[in-house]
Amino acid sequence: MIALIDYRAGNLTSVRKAFAALGADLFTPASPADLGEAAAIVVPGVGHFGATRALGPDWTEAILARVGEGRPLLGICLGMQWLFEGSEEAPELPGLGLLGGQCYKLPSTADIKIPHVGWNALEMQRDASIVDTVTTGSQVYFTHSFVAPVTGDTVAVTTHGEPFAAVVQRGHVTGVQFHPEKSGDVGLQILRNFLSLVG
Amino acid sequence: MLSKRIIACLDVRDGQVVKGINFEGLRTAGDPAELARRYNAEGVDELVILDITATIERRRALADTIRAVARELFIPLAVGGGIRTEEDAAAAVDAGADKVSLNTAALSNPSLITTLAERYGSQAVLVAIDSKWEGDRAAVYVRSGKTPGDRDAVSWAKEAEDRGAGEILLTSIDRDGTKVGFDCRLTAAVSSAVSIPVIASGGAGTLDHFSEVFTSGRADAALAASIFHYAETSVETLKQHLKQRGIPVRL
Repeated sequence: MIALIDYRAGNLTSVRKAFAALGADLFTPASPADLGEAAAIVVPGVGHFGATRALGPDWTEAILARVGEGRPLLGICLGMQWLFEGSEEAPELPGLGLLGGQCYKLPSTADIKIPHVGWNALEMQRDASIVDTVTTGSQVYFTHSFVAPVTGDTVAVTTHGEPFAAVVQRGHVTGVQFHPEKSGDVGLQILRNFLSLVG
Repeated sequence: MLSKRIIACLDVRDGQVVKGINFEGLRTAGDPAELARRYNAEGVDELVILDITATIERRRALADTIRAVARELFIPLAVGGGIRTEEDAAAAVDAGADKVSLNTAALSNPSLITTLAERYGSQAVLVAIDSKWEGDRAAVYVRSGKTPGDRDAVSWAKEAEDRGAGEILLTSIDRDGTKVGFDCRLTAAVSSAVSIPVIASGGAGTLDHFSEVFTSGRADAALAASIFHYAETSVETLKQHLKQRGIPVRL
């Protein structure tokens, strides 16, 4: 069973529904102790980085322990930003720190509206299992203002004024800035790729 | 580059999709789930379900309709009509809505925008503004376009943004269902005043109407109903047309 972490940062119905369409059942652990049984972990989330405060030391420790055992992790939107060291949206709050770098706010201009809302294209940077069969130009649905930096862990970028990390992967740690559960066939393919990591 | 979104609107009454002209004279256009399936296959970017009589009859948006539409849809789904309280919004979200659209209730109780933005995030809160020109003033109307409010569309859109709205759904009452084109003047006025996306609605009749609202109207998304329901054009044809004119779309 795959654990879907519910830390009250948005509605999880769509994520659950998308995984169900692919034949995967998710459970919502009530406490960090419940993560022991998890074959993989999904951290969703929308909104302010401060919402990850609910994922305090006990959750962080349990998630890192599972990841340390090689269980796949997928961060979606805010959940992906949380994989990094932190965010200037809530500087006092550390992220999970599995990936290096700080998240920051995309700059707005007269032509570039922030928040970045809508369908935008992926530009592949390298091959990775999480984007298997997904090609440059494929569009996915975003809704966010903050982004993760482009680093060696970046698999695909998207450009809104400037390029930012849209998909990241380091081994079995994966993240997507967009909402795969709302991104049509491309989104479902990425979730399917994550399920292949789970085996 | 961020694509301009094409949004199909399902005006629903008693579980059926209906469409009128200038908010009156409704005719039936089919089963919501069936239309949703068709639009999704054609590549629509988003769907809006509006329970158009909900406010007047004080009825909540039908959870069954939302569930039926959301079941096989993996694109954003917004629901509006009769959402007056946090509980109404929660019922829509629990049934599968990604966004809720507030109209009458946002004007009479603007703190509801903030309450919902704090609970679900701004991306889940759409403020719908129905507007009609009165001389040089874009007056805001409420209760399905039947009652004039005392606000103008630009200042109300700005306030809604400040209170936490994630998008504005701007409908021209003058143009609704007329097929004479979007109100680009109204759309540009609101879009220039806010930094959140503005969805233009009301008046789509030809493919060129869409390219106009994305250029001179400065819209981030365009919503239409009748032009798609009666298969006058498909979403795919429309997007090909926009692409040829250099407007970024998802194909």
